[in-house]
Amino acid sequence: MDFLNILANAFGEIISPTTAAYALAALGLAVHFGYSGLLNFGQAGFMAVGAYGFAIPTILWDVPFVVGLLIALIASVLFALLLGIPTLRLRADYLAIVTIAAAEILRYIVTTNSLTAITGSANGLAAFEGGFFAMNPIPPGQYDLGLVDFNERDLWIRIVGWGVVAICCVIVWLLMRSPWGRVLKGIREDENAVRSLGKNVYSYKMQALIIGGIFGSLAGMIFTLPRGAVQPANYATELTFFLWTCLLLGGMATVLGPVIGAMIFWVVLSLTQGILYGAIGSGYITFLTATQAGQLRYILVGVALMLLMIFRPQGVMGNKKELAFA
Amino acid sequence: MRTMPKLARPWGKLLAILAMTAAMLFIASPSLAATTAPAPAPDSTTSAPAEQFRDTISGVLRNAEGPVPGVRITATGEGFTGETVTGENGSWSIGVPQRGTYQVEVDVSTFPEGVELAEGTPNPREVTFTNTSNAAAIFPLGEGIVIQGASFGEQLIERLIAGLSFGLLLALAAVGLNLIFGTTGLTNFAHGEMVTLGAVLVFGFNAAGLPVWLAIALAIVGGAIFGYTQDAWLWNPLRRRGSGLIPMMIVSIGLALASRYVIQFFFGGATQQLPGANSPILEFGSISISRNTLTSLVVSAIVIVAIGLLLLKTRLGKATRAVSDNPALAAASGIDVDRVIRIVWTAGGVLAALGGILWAYYRPGVTFNMGQQILLLIFAGVVLGGLGTIFGALLGSVLVGLFVELSTLWLEADLKYVGALLIMIVVLLFRPQGILGRKERVG
Repeated sequence: MDFLNILANAFGEIISPTTAAYALAALGLAVHFGYSGLLNFGQAGFMAVGAYGFAIPTILWDVPFVVGLLIALIASVLFALLLGIPTLRLRADYLAIVTIAAAEILRYIVTTNSLTAITGSANGLAAFEGGFFAMNPIPPGQYDLGLVDFNERDLWIRIVGWGVVAICCVIVWLLMRSPWGRVLKGIREDENAVRSLGKNVYSYKMQALIIGGIFGSLAGMIFTLPRGAVQPANYATELTFFLWTCLLLGGMATVLGPVIGAMIFWVVLSLTQGILYGAIGSGYITFLTATQAGQLRYILVGVALMLLMIFRPQGVMGNKKELAFA
Repeated sequence: MRTMPKLARPWGKLLAILAMTAAMLFIASPSLAATTAPAPAPDSTTSAPAEQFRDTISGVLRNAEGPVPGVRITATGEGFTGETVTGENGSWSIGVPQRGTYQVEVDVSTFPEGVELAEGTPNPREVTFTNTSNAAAIFPLGEGIVIQGASFGEQLIERLIAGLSFGLLLALAAVGLNLIFGTTGLTNFAHGEMVTLGAVLVFGFNAAGLPVWLAIALAIVGGAIFGYTQDAWLWNPLRRRGSGLIPMMIVSIGLALASRYVIQFFFGGATQQLPGANSPILEFGSISISRNTLTSLVVSAIVIVAIGLLLLKTRLGKATRAVSDNPALAAASGIDVDRVIRIVWTAGGVLAALGGILWAYYRPGVTFNMGQQILLLIFAGVVLGGLGTIFGALLGSVLVGLFVELSTLWLEADLKYVGALLIMIVVLLFRPQGILGRKERVG
């Protein structure tokens, strides 16, 4: 077993664009659930809206990068409105069921064979990332960063991805210490009290849903750009649940919690994969196949989610007083 | 908030539940490990090689009248040749040793009379894998070429029967889910895995050499054990701690993920067939219905009537309805609430397992994520009928089942779940308490 290599891989996960995407989407969930108490189980749907909202116009009409980005963001706002209008007046668990259903509806629609010309059905879309990488100011070459080294494309997507995460963190931090953020936290604690103060609870919840949704769609773009491909199977309900695990790991009503949570999530997945595969490869473990080792990691994710929720619902960074549920 | 030892309880028990699931699967697993053995799946719709390889080329052969079974399809390329015959539902899949480019050919001579490829369809055609482990090959069949009198009216009746059958099997799971919601307030996201467990256990026990009836009976017992232990070791301690409903909902998501992958760990990712999955088609005049669909319809109808009678006529049923109505009041009038909830969980496990077995025959096929596929439809049925109302779940599920099947008359088959989920969202807009739900504040 090559421990140095396993560690280097794990370190690489900390700054990988996928981790950035998970961090950003989980930050969106923090706005939804941690700060406003909205149970959004459809964050994968928002990510899909971002990814497809960017990829479809880019491929169909060859629009410039910025226009594609704007279309994706507008699409995610519309998706948030569509979800929010029927459900934000209802009890929390209804919102959960509707958001998860809406995300699945979206996935079925982009998978259907009758729309293959637009969405590429199950195979998805590819080759839409040209505009993004054409903006890359970094000269071609290999860049060594201690344990890992990147080419100019890897470096560019990482800089942009984490830059967006940092900006969004600052936005959330500023929003949540503003009067607007205080009203939101008030809604989380006691909706009726806030309503009796004359605030339009519905409108505040809708704004929170839209902001978290925009984060989700940005995350969807950061997720697909380095792959250069978007496939519907990536946006199933598991993705949402993994994001929830990240959020709960870090702390749901914190700004940096989701980021830390996403990093821990991917480092642990990478380490367990490296160690298990290494042990299987060198014959220490004989009772597992490589495929089973992969599944074992996801069993651990499920168990971790349960244990976190039972024993440390505030996560690594959180404050137990700031939980969206008593 | 209790003291630490109390807190520590669910944690050990939690692992014990997963261990239980694992153990049950393990008992049934001698052949699960060797899923390539052709013996347990004599009438598999996939050819044997499909289970040896992770990468498959697949598709569904159907024309305007429905699926086209019994057509031979071959794939050639990368130094490999595989062949298969389309199944009862028109689906086919050929396992291939590596991703690459393959020539896929439909053997036109095996078409049923009157079926032809649509004009301009290349045959053989080239299929190339992109980054996925599955490549789809679509062979559009000529429209309106098959003329065997399946008029719109007959199709409608066939879809109605299929939809009723599907709706009733959904209702089995939905009634359990709704009983659990009614008595404990928990929205159980792990219910899909309780459904999967039933089907997987039947396959496992059968593959281990037991006759089908015994395998089914044991699988239902397995479902009961899963439901019972879940409540005894996880949910009951959590309720005693005074956990909120939302944390419990998230715990159930964790349990769903963990048990789904435990099942996949033992069962593998392939689709397997239960014995008798390829049932004969019965003809009533010009209406043809598969025998399994009818059997499933009758079985679930009987079970649901029995559940209804139990709830309405027996002391236990009365107690269950009382707890569902108002747990505190029920406890005050001398009903052992915890005991009722335990029984509800056990019954929920039984119903979900039975629903899973019927679902495996309906699809047809057993996979590790089959329960997850219908979880949202179960939710849709429950929400449509009214969360917490037992007969609402029945009504809602039947409506969802009918809607799913009838929508295939107009919609593409791969969109059939979309309509049902949309209906659920629309119902929430206008009647959030559901069809039979009491009018109360849900916001």
